[in-house]
Amino acid sequence: MSATLSSHSTLPGAIKNLNVAKALGRRRSRASTVVKALCVLATLIGLALLASILLTLIVRGFGGIGLGVFTEVTKPPGSNGGLLNAIVGSLIQTVIGVAIGTPVGLLVGTYLAEYARGSTLGNAVRFVSDVLLSAPSILIGLFIYQLVVAPFGGFSGIAGCIALAVIVIPIVVRTTEDMLSLIPVAMREAAMALGAPKWKMIVQVCYRAAKDGIVTGVLLAVARVAGETAPLLFTSLGNLNWSLSLTKPMASLPVTIYQYAGSAFDDWVQLAWVGALLITFGVLAINILARVVLRGGK
Amino acid sequence: MATMTSSSDARRSSVATSMAGIKTHVATGLNPARISIRNLDFFYGDNRALKAIDLDLPERQVTGMIGPSGCGKSTLLRVLNRMYDLYPNQRATGKVTMDGENIIDPDLDLNSLRSRIGMVFQKPTPFPMSIYDNIAFGIKLHEKLSKSEMDERVEWSLTRSALWGEVKDRLSTSAQGLSGGQQQRLCIARTIAVRPEVILLDEPTSALDPISTLKVEELIDELKSDFTIAIVTHNMQQAARCADQVAFFYLGEMVEVASAAQLFTSPKQKRTQEYITGRFG
Repeated sequence: MSATLSSHSTLPGAIKNLNVAKALGRRRSRASTVVKALCVLATLIGLALLASILLTLIVRGFGGIGLGVFTEVTKPPGSNGGLLNAIVGSLIQTVIGVAIGTPVGLLVGTYLAEYARGSTLGNAVRFVSDVLLSAPSILIGLFIYQLVVAPFGGFSGIAGCIALAVIVIPIVVRTTEDMLSLIPVAMREAAMALGAPKWKMIVQVCYRAAKDGIVTGVLLAVARVAGETAPLLFTSLGNLNWSLSLTKPMASLPVTIYQYAGSAFDDWVQLAWVGALLITFGVLAINILARVVLRGGK
Repeated sequence: MATMTSSSDARRSSVATSMAGIKTHVATGLNPARISIRNLDFFYGDNRALKAIDLDLPERQVTGMIGPSGCGKSTLLRVLNRMYDLYPNQRATGKVTMDGENIIDPDLDLNSLRSRIGMVFQKPTPFPMSIYDNIAFGIKLHEKLSKSEMDERVEWSLTRSALWGEVKDRLSTSAQGLSGGQQQRLCIARTIAVRPEVILLDEPTSALDPISTLKVEELIDELKSDFTIAIVTHNMQQAARCADQVAFFYLGEMVEVASAAQLFTSPKQKRTQEYITGRFG
């Protein structure tokens, strides 16, 4: 290329080698096609995996869905058991876990974004929270086992709730901080310039502006904990009988799936597929619902 | 409060009554000072951004602040409502007096100061709530009003900022659906709704189209019958149109202050002349 260019002046001006420009243009458009193809390919791989998971779930799980799944508790193999106790147990533990974890995570995220930007303590808290975010969930199960289950004499639903809350906290911290940090300085200054104290600026202006993102973060957390198995194995354990007591072992869908899917009984394996289908579509439904609600509010 | 005194009448009457209290270099047509700035220095860390500023903001008149980017004019505005307090490493020394109080006194109640000295920013910043709530937000911070009093105040401030006609049928819709010019007038309405004594405008029209700019300028002219106004602008025609008094800043110093007519037609300082004739900046 330099050979062709050297025959012309390389100084700025109207004279340039149009053939070189065209060749460069063709190269750019080839590169553009390659990059675009790679992106599409990667997307297709991701979508194909997702689709095959959903398809397998539907094919295997749908056949097992019947009224009995929702009205009968888990029973011994061959006696037409359902998943009622596991569904209710999962709902209870997810709701309480998110209810404990969300306010804590929200306040920590607010602290990081609004009060501790750039401070040493803030950076330390952010680091710890990020470590917790990526900690293996079985460790959190063991931690709560040592902290709650062992000292208080046994597996319990509430221990499961607390373990899930520990998983929820760092997710909500991260999304809350990220979303609050996106709010323009000008909007904060405008609120302060009206004479608003800082907490009112945060609660009445920043939270509103970041609402969509924060809600999305909470939903992510719901989706994550609804499918968690490992932390529940050491805490709420699972319960084959009907129990709503938070101080006794409590059933949950993921633990039931874990127990049933590996069993030798066909009807239990079938119920495990149904359970997996229920969790997946439950989370999907929550996401869609939240989007509709958020959009409706605008 | 809503009676409209035409600006020229106000200016004429003020000439007669206000000669005594004026300390500025120019004594023509300016009211007594509402805010007096004396020997004000401002620092961003170690960087001295304002150097020994002396300036009076005449009551119920418009002070324009012009100068090239980075000259300190916005910094000065942010001193007047203590906006700089939001950031560590920024500090001011000197005296800025309003009603005998030093505005830069660290012990001052900032929330009440900011209710007396309102500010409108360069980019419109409607809060993510309805038009009505945007106005009510500031009022609720400082006053307890009944529903009907609140309605009345919201209507008053929107009327005063020439927006009522355009939004009266959709007060409960999101303020972020307004056009840029409407949003900026909403921000002005939000500021005057708190009933401040002074309004600071930091390049309020630089993000607006010419027609919206014209509306905001007309509004400024209309508002000065009730409020003392300081406006920072990059647009010298705007300063000439809106301001009674214009101050020229350069590299952190206030080079010259004079009535708009005098500063733009016969500036005393060479640097002022060079700037207003477009030689630099």
